[in-house]
Amino acid sequence: MPTSLDRHRNILDFALSSLLRRKWKNLSLLMIYTLIVFVIASLIFFVQALKLEAGLLLTNAPDMVVQRMAAGRHDLIPLSYMEKIQSIRGVGEVVPRLWGYYFDPVFGANYTLQVPNIDPPEPGNVMIGSGVARNQRIASGDVMAFRAHDRTPLLLQVEKIFSHESELLTADLVLLSETDFQALFNLPKLRFTDLAVTVANPRELVTIASKISEQLPDTRPILKSEILRTYDSLFDWRGGMMIVVLAGAVLAFLIFAWDKATGLSAEERKEIGILKSIGWETADVLLLKFWEGAAISLTAFLSGVVLAYIHIFFFSAGLFEHALTGWSVLYPQFRLRPVIDGYQLAVLFFLSVLPYTAATIVPAWMAATMDPDSALRS
Amino acid sequence: MRKSTGFYLLIVFHLAVLIFLYLHSSHSQIAGQAAHQHRVGLVKELGLTDLCLFTEARYTRHPAMADLHAPFQDHPGAFEHFPSGSLVTPPIR
Repeated sequence: MPTSLDRHRNILDFALSSLLRRKWKNLSLLMIYTLIVFVIASLIFFVQALKLEAGLLLTNAPDMVVQRMAAGRHDLIPLSYMEKIQSIRGVGEVVPRLWGYYFDPVFGANYTLQVPNIDPPEPGNVMIGSGVARNQRIASGDVMAFRAHDRTPLLLQVEKIFSHESELLTADLVLLSETDFQALFNLPKLRFTDLAVTVANPRELVTIASKISEQLPDTRPILKSEILRTYDSLFDWRGGMMIVVLAGAVLAFLIFAWDKATGLSAEERKEIGILKSIGWETADVLLLKFWEGAAISLTAFLSGVVLAYIHIFFFSAGLFEHALTGWSVLYPQFRLRPVIDGYQLAVLFFLSVLPYTAATIVPAWMAATMDPDSALRS
Repeated sequence: MRKSTGFYLLIVFHLAVLIFLYLHSSHSQIAGQAAHQHRVGLVKELGLTDLCLFTEARYTRHPAMADLHAPFQDHPGAFEHFPSGSLVTPPIR
């Protein structure tokens, strides 16, 4: 006696034969559907992995960074500000930071130059990120040329190149001594880029920030929570590029669904008429159309997700590289730690597989409820 | 072989690959722990505030430190000049 499972299997056999009869149409449909899922799933994987990495790394950033503002712009902060902040109750440590940007006119790249507070290089030496080394084609022990503020050349020897694994943080970084930093930029004495503030009790951060703003009204305290929020809103779906990619993918999907939902072809309508006339019930026809839709959408979803994972985590999001590089000459070549967010994938599943399957069933239901004679004649 | 059997095999194959990829991601999290700790150490030691994602402009290189008050050039979400600026939105206050 045939069971319900056998009935489903028989109908699935018939649905697959039906799909294979229109092989090229359905194959192209499957390919484009897979491509849409691939693009959206790639974005999900990339953004999730990047946000997770940013969150894990930047929880170790300074508790607060205090910048001085002048005429609405970031300005150098004097040492006296450091002493005032230090005197506020609850403040642990205040460390002045010296960092800035250097545009290399020869290689056309921007570097971030920083004087480390712990173990800075000896004057005349630099530690560089692997992105800088790749850009300039230099190795440890080579000499790196800079142009100082007065256009005199400053030659510094590469003491160390940061490992490739840290490229997400250090690709464009050049660490140098305070003496060389001053020789390069000639900053006013006892002035720094900003101050890194450590607070003993993290719950007092907001209070201390407001005290700093009160006592030093021309400063802007940036809390660690704000740094983390910045990276949380990175690649936000409202962002320019994201909305373009997502809108393209969603519009393409809507065209599919619209094509399906606006009706069946005369051939499909005739097929339903024949099936009804040889004894198929409306429920059987609907089941047939459900399996046709499910076969295409399920295959497209699974293939799209698998390909997206391979693209992001095995090929370092190669297809997104041009969009991410923009006009920059120095681009970090990092490989993200893979992460699969089940919730995001479930949302993608419900937004791609279910609407398509539903869009397949609705016109079939309309045709299946018609009289077989009129379905054949139409 | 029945067509439905072929379809089931295809779905099972895809699901097996997905399970393998899930295991791969879990394994990579553990295997990459040493490199991750190295990066955490760098952030602490150098007091870093930003990831090096886009080097083309200072407000995309250090979005967390970007000047939020100057219009037209210097903050994320301003009239855009650099392509990567469209990927960085202002932080939610």
